[in-house]
Amino acid sequence: MPWLSQVSFQAREGTTRQRTLAAYVRIVVGQTFGYAALILVAVISLLPLVWMVSTSLKAFGREFLFPPQWFPNPIVFGNYLTAFETSNLARYFGNTLMIAVLATLGTVLSSSLVAFGFARLDFFGKRVLFIILLSTLMLPGIVTLVPTFVLFRTLGWIDTPLPLIVPWWFGGGAFGGAFFVFLIRQFMLQLPRELDEAALVDGASYFRIYWRIMLPLSKPALAASAIFSFIHHWNDFLNPLIFLNSEEWRTLALYLRFFLYTEVGGGAGLTRWNLMMAASVVMLIPVLVIFFSAQRYFIRGVALTGIAGR
Amino acid sequence: MALADQPDAPQSRGRLRLPGWTWRETQGFLFILPWLFGFVVFIAGPFFFSFFVSLTEWSFIGDIKWLGLDHYIRLLSADDPRFVQAVYNTTYYVVFHVPGVLLISFIIAGLLNQKVRGIAIYRTCFYLPSITTGVATAVLWYWVLQPNGLLNNFLNIFLEPLGVSGPNWLGSTSWAMPGLIIMSFWTVGTTMIIFLAGFQGIPQHLYEAAEIDGAGWWGKVRNVTIPMMTPQIFLTSVIGVIGSFQVFTAALIITDGGPADATLFILLLLYQMGFRAFNMGYASAIAWVLFLIILFFTIVQFLSARRWVYYEGVRA
Repeated sequence: MPWLSQVSFQAREGTTRQRTLAAYVRIVVGQTFGYAALILVAVISLLPLVWMVSTSLKAFGREFLFPPQWFPNPIVFGNYLTAFETSNLARYFGNTLMIAVLATLGTVLSSSLVAFGFARLDFFGKRVLFIILLSTLMLPGIVTLVPTFVLFRTLGWIDTPLPLIVPWWFGGGAFGGAFFVFLIRQFMLQLPRELDEAALVDGASYFRIYWRIMLPLSKPALAASAIFSFIHHWNDFLNPLIFLNSEEWRTLALYLRFFLYTEVGGGAGLTRWNLMMAASVVMLIPVLVIFFSAQRYFIRGVALTGIAGR
Repeated sequence: MALADQPDAPQSRGRLRLPGWTWRETQGFLFILPWLFGFVVFIAGPFFFSFFVSLTEWSFIGDIKWLGLDHYIRLLSADDPRFVQAVYNTTYYVVFHVPGVLLISFIIAGLLNQKVRGIAIYRTCFYLPSITTGVATAVLWYWVLQPNGLLNNFLNIFLEPLGVSGPNWLGSTSWAMPGLIIMSFWTVGTTMIIFLAGFQGIPQHLYEAAEIDGAGWWGKVRNVTIPMMTPQIFLTSVIGVIGSFQVFTAALIITDGGPADATLFILLLLYQMGFRAFNMGYASAIAWVLFLIILFFTIVQFLSARRWVYYEGVRA
């Protein structure tokens, strides 16, 4: 019966068309709403930062004008110069940079070494040790704050950058450092085992395999670790607060807080918000530069460890 | 059988190794040795030492006086009103911060997961605040939360027609905590990216199957998205609880616990006791109580995970 199949075909086509029309309307409405929501969230995310930059370029006394002045008039680039001239900002910048770079170097080198051991070699107690390593991530670092202070005091390291650097040279031995071992191990586990076995047959030592084969191949994970580590140390506040007292080793984070306190303590109306925001922008710039130049490693790193939580 | 799996490869004869271990095992141990050393010196050692300190009265200078459980009795019998206040404040913060962050990031990640144009640009915008955490952000928000700051400028658009204006966030005992919580919602980027990765890992055929079964938008969210996302929800809530019990930087810089201890968090009290009053024993006891609180909630979360977290292939 050819006509029957014809009819049913038409009927089917009719319903399909209706469905697509309804779906189309739904998609348009949904997308418009979706885009509006996305743009709103993006604006909320960025406004405070824009406000920060804008304030840093305003003349003193014009920070609280109402309605808010998004585009400063006049634009005072000199605020940045003043921020550097009226304080040792350059020195604090250098201190922070040195600490962050050295701690990051240690983190990447030592964490990858330990990660390689956990990813590729077998030895008695490996599983238990790895669980212990992971459990240090769950442990609040605060518990050991007092004793580590005592330890570094005994070593005479207080008021030197050593407490902020040395623990990070022991692959995940510092609090929170296990995160990097975990990240790099997860990545190394994905690399084909045939590579190191072939090298073993050729007589390469494990250290050579680590250094010449695994390390170059793990570059994305190392990059992600380096970026996370650098930003962590750059932004770190609690540890410098506890281990550094003198002006000599002051970091940007400590300086900003010190600045805020002296300014706000100076009485209402005298707070130089523009200079404070300029100093804050100076502190944010390296982080932003790294973020924008290495964003894909960032996102991958978060996703890699996040999914690994399964 | 690969060479690597043999108990002792010929090349390694006569090398240094741990008694009873093959050269391969010894090497594995050597690779993780840096961590083991760091773990003992910087984590495990201090961990146990801090428990010892918590049983004493000690201010660095002078002798250590043995107290036994006195600090703990004082803390747990609610004898110290500031500690009670700190526990209350921290709980307040955790209760609003963690679910808030999860919900907001879930919605944002869901929006991003639609086939939108320029997803990378949005993702960057949303993630940007998260990398700017720390003091610079705290200073910025100190400024945003001023009575005539950015937040009130925005709120007053809606409030002024009603004849009221935005609160003095940081100067009021009832508004300081909501102010800090609002600020914490600004940095949901990490959770958002974990969720986004999770969304992208949900197989499309599950949605198609749900559609065939007649599921609408909400039906798909409820019966496909949420169950498939439970591992990520679990992970981020565990991390969130651990992290938010230790909230510190923002509070120290923005409010320093004030006004009138309205934002005194446990960690802030610990810092004040240990590093301003140099009461190391009491500070360590606070640290241990905080540790046990966090441990309790983490264990509860892990136990409850069996009921609600869905792992593909295996039943947890």
